[in-house]
Amino acid sequence: MLHRFANPTRFLRLSAALLPWTAGLTLILLIAGLFLALFGSPADYQQGETVRIMYVHVPAAWMALFCYSCMAGASAVGLIWKHPLADMAAKATAPIGTCFTFLALVTGSLWGKPMWGAWWVWDARLTSVLILFFLYLGYMALHNAFDDPTRGARSAAILALVGFVNVPIIKFSVDWWNTLHQPSSVVKAGGPAIHPSMLTPLLLMGLAFTTYYLWVLLLRLRAEIVAGKVRAVRLRRAHG
Amino acid sequence: MRRAFEIMRRDLRLALRQGVDSLMAVVFFVLAVVLFPLGVGPEANILARIAAGVIWVAALLASMLSLERLFQTDYDDGSLELLALSPVALELVVLAKVVAHWLTTGVPLIVAAPVLAVLLDMDAQGFVVLIVALGLGTPTMSLIGSVGAALILGARRGGVLLSLLVLPLFIPVLIFGVAAVDAAIGGFAARPHLMILSGLLIGAVALCPWASAASLRQSLE
Repeated sequence: MLHRFANPTRFLRLSAALLPWTAGLTLILLIAGLFLALFGSPADYQQGETVRIMYVHVPAAWMALFCYSCMAGASAVGLIWKHPLADMAAKATAPIGTCFTFLALVTGSLWGKPMWGAWWVWDARLTSVLILFFLYLGYMALHNAFDDPTRGARSAAILALVGFVNVPIIKFSVDWWNTLHQPSSVVKAGGPAIHPSMLTPLLLMGLAFTTYYLWVLLLRLRAEIVAGKVRAVRLRRAHG
Repeated sequence: MRRAFEIMRRDLRLALRQGVDSLMAVVFFVLAVVLFPLGVGPEANILARIAAGVIWVAALLASMLSLERLFQTDYDDGSLELLALSPVALELVVLAKVVAHWLTTGVPLIVAAPVLAVLLDMDAQGFVVLIVALGLGTPTMSLIGSVGAALILGARRGGVLLSLLVLPLFIPVLIFGVAAVDAAIGGFAARPHLMILSGLLIGAVALCPWASAASLRQSLE
């Protein structure tokens, strides 16, 4: 199963079939989610219109963690089975995850100013997400620091696995410490503590971000494979 | 096990004969701390308030500075390959080297810290906790740092890269180390923070040698 998709040609064929679906799904979900988030949902009785920042902030934060988990998972597969596509997937995920983390930090800061009266507070959730951002940057820097790309991939994979300890810390930081950041209200015991009129756009946006990730990931993987082919052709020509 | 001790003794002997590395770390530590009274002004109450944080941050940077040399010299002259070929598990080799590194750079920092605390006019109640917290924190940093030091072997611009990799992972140690000292000064219990620091140390002992050994192995491939 794992090695069926190690074949680049097979992957290129499969991804070509999947690409329009992920792209279309992303657009539909994004339009529906944005419409419900901006027009179809009520303003918060306390926070007013600023609550709409949530529909970007929360999915971006989910994706920051999700991308890191995917990156760590792909790195583990790449390290254990030396699966070339997994290495590429981990590498391709890193910049996407970095952007989601940055988006979560920026929107959180914009939301924090009217709500908390400060752009930034040093509580556990914010600090651990900032660490996540630096881990992404370190991962990409390490990946590019070697002349031999496979060495870069191996080293970066080990770093991704070491940095994975941060993911549960981020997830549970709001429960372990008494933070200014509010605790989780969607995934919790006893059902979500959020009204369906707000939960629906939130989940739609979360799904849209996920399909967007898949879409960009497939694009980047295809580009990476094609770049490898170009490199091989050039080498052959140089030797030939 | 005995061979691991021998590797540790070798590293200690090398460090003591050269002597410059551990001295540099301490001198950097002292200088970095001394810069703060000059930077923020010599008012005693401000210095006393920030003393714990300043000492911890300086200790963190000082221990990071010396990390680059943890495996680099052995990697350059090829003795790392011999160590990897020896019958000792590479994880044990890493542990032995980390212990030697901590003894030569971490312990001098702990010794220097109380003197600096006096210079910064830190409350005397925090001294014991500061030493204990540094005693738990510096080996954790050496262990975490060994992963970074192993990862950057053979990389371009290794030194800058090392700080980018290692500093984010040092942050928990910094947070709880400072919290312990501040709690002791404020008259609260420092024990919970020290327990968390011990937990971090135990976790680092259990996990970091494996990660370092894995990255050493792939650097030798």
